[in-house]
Amino acid sequence: MCFGLLGPNGAGKTTTLRLCLGLTNPDAGEITMLGFKVPGEAREARRRVGVVSQVDNLDPDFTVRENLLVYGRYFGLRPRELAARIPDLLEFAGLTAREQSRIQTLSGGMKRRLTLARALVNDPQLIFLDEPSTGLDPQARHLIWDRLRKLTSDGRTILLTTHFMDEAERLCHRVAIIDHGRKIAEGAPRDLIAQHIEPQVVEVFGDGAQAWAEKVGRSASERCETTGETVFCYTHDADAIVHQLEREPGLRYLHRPASLEDVFLKLTGREIRD
Amino acid sequence: MMTHDFSAPRVSWRFMHVWQRNRLVWRKLAIPSMLGNLADPMLYMLGLGYGLGAMLPEVGGMSYVAFLAAGTVCSSTMMSASFESMYSSFSRMHVQRTWDAIMNAPVTLEDVVLGEAMWAASKAFLSGAAVLLVAAALGLIASPLGLLVLPLVFLTGLAFAGLGLVMTSLSPSYDFFMYYFTLAVTPMMLASGVFYPVEQLPGWLQVAAEALPLTHAVALARPLMNGAVPEAAALHVLVLVAYAAVSLYAALVLTRARLLT
Repeated sequence: MCFGLLGPNGAGKTTTLRLCLGLTNPDAGEITMLGFKVPGEAREARRRVGVVSQVDNLDPDFTVRENLLVYGRYFGLRPRELAARIPDLLEFAGLTAREQSRIQTLSGGMKRRLTLARALVNDPQLIFLDEPSTGLDPQARHLIWDRLRKLTSDGRTILLTTHFMDEAERLCHRVAIIDHGRKIAEGAPRDLIAQHIEPQVVEVFGDGAQAWAEKVGRSASERCETTGETVFCYTHDADAIVHQLEREPGLRYLHRPASLEDVFLKLTGREIRD
Repeated sequence: MMTHDFSAPRVSWRFMHVWQRNRLVWRKLAIPSMLGNLADPMLYMLGLGYGLGAMLPEVGGMSYVAFLAAGTVCSSTMMSASFESMYSSFSRMHVQRTWDAIMNAPVTLEDVVLGEAMWAASKAFLSGAAVLLVAAALGLIASPLGLLVLPLVFLTGLAFAGLGLVMTSLSPSYDFFMYYFTLAVTPMMLASGVFYPVEQLPGWLQVAAEALPLTHAVALARPLMNGAVPEAAALHVLVLVAYAAVSLYAALVLTRARLLT
């Protein structure tokens, strides 16, 4: 199972993870992780959890192999156990050939894969991933996604934070959208889309888009929103709009099915968060 | 808002993993690191000890170089512990985020702070012990009592590691540590009886020097290296233990406020 925690910057995603790990004390309420009360039994709980944090915190003083070895020791794993586990972890990360490389020589994607492998060193039941694909190129992102799918099919639970909705839609069985520290929606991505938004979207771009929205868009769609120069028309049947737009040579448009991003923007608003 | 968590430390033996991590890094650079740590104090000890010592009849009942050797053991211990617990610990805590990664494992901040302090004390121990070894080779150690300087060096290292970690917990950048060196370490070097007896200082400064940890370390090391049992040894040890305990607890409370909110 992969659970996604979605929210704009500052919504409380990372704070939620830190609370679960017992790294931040709650102001109120109780937290249980894998049956352990946190922060009281956080140490015990963290033995069964792997964490990939948002900022790179691989150990720059060590090689790839040493990073896994030293990190395994923090879990109290013996050298022999670790020596047996490390080849599998290196293979999972696709870094077998780079075993002796220093961290500084790795690409961003390799570092992220190594961080993921490091989070698996204790064979965790639950894995926390805080924005795992931020800053990666598409190739590296797809490789990470592939590895994450492999982990869920192995029966591990993943808790993922992201603000890439396509990532959440691809990976997560369930997602929760949070804002200002509160959950505002939860469900399977497909259900949330069906529940909160019209199934089809037409995005219209160009100088005349605003005028077109007033003239045609608003009446032809169920809901019509404008951000800057772009008009978003949400509807159950886009045929008429698309047909009409084909006769507007000054406008460019994109007709697509509604996505989780549309739900997200509807629920959290379009204004910039800093 | 910054709130402080004063609860008792929850330490475990896992602090040793933090210590081990630092040792593994050190092992890669052990020789240059040891040379850098040793060359400076050794040059001062030998240069001043023999150069200046040639002009002095006796200081504190012994040759000046023997007098200075005891001071140098303690001051190089202090320097080594301070550098490690400030510049190096700060790199690991703030720049490399190594502490954050460690705390995602079942290792607590208490373990990390203790591991860092024990590591800084261990490095300081090596520095102090190396100076002691050179002093022994030069025939500057009068009796096997000098061996008791070894545990003293570790304790002194721990006290300065604690103080260094307090500075680290408050530091916004590397530059901040210059204040500590200029305002605390250098005056302490001059007021604690490293280069000349504390009794040479004006009365008020002698009283102030009594509050400094380095004074108590020197007051123990010098007689031990000279073959005598130190006066008021228990008091000196107690002051060093108190410095170590209070500074480590303070460092923990301050790093909790910095990292665990």
